[in-house]
Amino acid sequence: MAVKRLCAALILAGSLAGCATSGGNPADPLEKVNRAVFAFNDAADKVLITPVAKGYRAVLPGFLRTGIANFFSNLEDVWISVNDVLQGKFQEGSEDFTRVIFNTTFGIGGVFDFASDVGLPKHSEDFGQTLGVWGVTSGPYVVLPFFGPSTFRDSFGFVVDGRADLVYRLVDDDVPLRNVLYGTRAISNRANLLDASSVLEQAALDRYSFVRDAWLQRRRNQIYDGNPPREKDDADDEPTK
Amino acid sequence: MKNALGFLVVLLASLAQAQTPAPDVLVKTITDEVAAAIKKDKDIQAGDTAKAAELIEAKIVPHFNFTRMARIAMARNWRTATPEQQKQIAAEFKTLLVRTYSTALVNYKEEKIDYKPLRAKPEDDEVTVKSEVRPSGGTQPVSIDYEMEKTPNGWKVYDVKVGGVSLVTTYRDTFASEVRERGIEGLIKSLAAKNREPAGQKAGKS
Repeated sequence: MAVKRLCAALILAGSLAGCATSGGNPADPLEKVNRAVFAFNDAADKVLITPVAKGYRAVLPGFLRTGIANFFSNLEDVWISVNDVLQGKFQEGSEDFTRVIFNTTFGIGGVFDFASDVGLPKHSEDFGQTLGVWGVTSGPYVVLPFFGPSTFRDSFGFVVDGRADLVYRLVDDDVPLRNVLYGTRAISNRANLLDASSVLEQAALDRYSFVRDAWLQRRRNQIYDGNPPREKDDADDEPTK
Repeated sequence: MKNALGFLVVLLASLAQAQTPAPDVLVKTITDEVAAAIKKDKDIQAGDTAKAAELIEAKIVPHFNFTRMARIAMARNWRTATPEQQKQIAAEFKTLLVRTYSTALVNYKEEKIDYKPLRAKPEDDEVTVKSEVRPSGGTQPVSIDYEMEKTPNGWKVYDVKVGGVSLVTTYRDTFASEVRERGIEGLIKSLAAKNREPAGQKAGKS
């Protein structure tokens, strides 16, 4: 379902590309459409998702929420270790795979993240990053309905991630259960970000461009695993464009 | 006599040392002090952003170079602003960052911070202090990097990167489009208006 919705969004974004006017950032030629989707996401987040996430946080005790987050995080580590290997990072790949083994067994199905405590910290990898490491350029920035910031490349990566998702793989014959798992994961992720959104609210003059620029920087940082080369743009008073 | 002179030299050297602690030591000391202050302060824990802002003003602000931060965020528009406007922009930007930081502080939970060994030569006057926050389980550690410069008054921070995202350059496009549409004065007005809004609220008890 998510995949179908995403494809629709991509087609929409693609067909509108011709008529969208360009704003300030050259990475964002679809700014007009993106702003509209951003406003929609924002509204959905305010009226629906944030209240649910707040309720989730109010009702469930902390240890339970951490356990739920760890459970999904452990499933995700399988695909993360595959992406490590696809990027040629065999050391990280074996570390992340060890995390899965360790947390699934000693961590009782991933509910406890013991691996982090013994010096195997979690990594962040996905197929969009793998494509980036392979040299695929990001293409224009897009805001996906419900899923938020992405780029053309990362949207494609996101579709692949969705197919590789263990929730999707393992629960393929019980759609209602799968949807419950999808929903729980989404709420758990959102609940973890509640503090961050109050900071964002305070930080940004224009939330749209703030989120976009922060997200693009973060993505670049992830692809270079925390050590991006200095951009020319980092010099103090270099013009942005 | 010789001993007294030797003593004096050692004393002066250690005083100079005390005035300019190494950048990584400085970051760690301040972070520890602020964390300890929050731990003691029930008001901040309960979401008092005004009190958090006071703490930031006292402990953190003196170690930042807000003029340079504003200059980086303004990029080429910095040179088109008058010295008076530059001063206003730096002051408003400072207020905005302090308020943002105070919103983050009231949500602070005790977290373990690792400092990476400083990779710098003694003669370097710009360094990056790298640290990593380890949240309790399940989530990836978040890197916090401080870009620092050596000044006659000790090391000053001019950029903070959280998970690779710069607190300063993230404002570039916003500032540039404000200036393009409404001029330097328009940007100063927007910043001032933003700073007059009621402070951010605590997201909720956990």
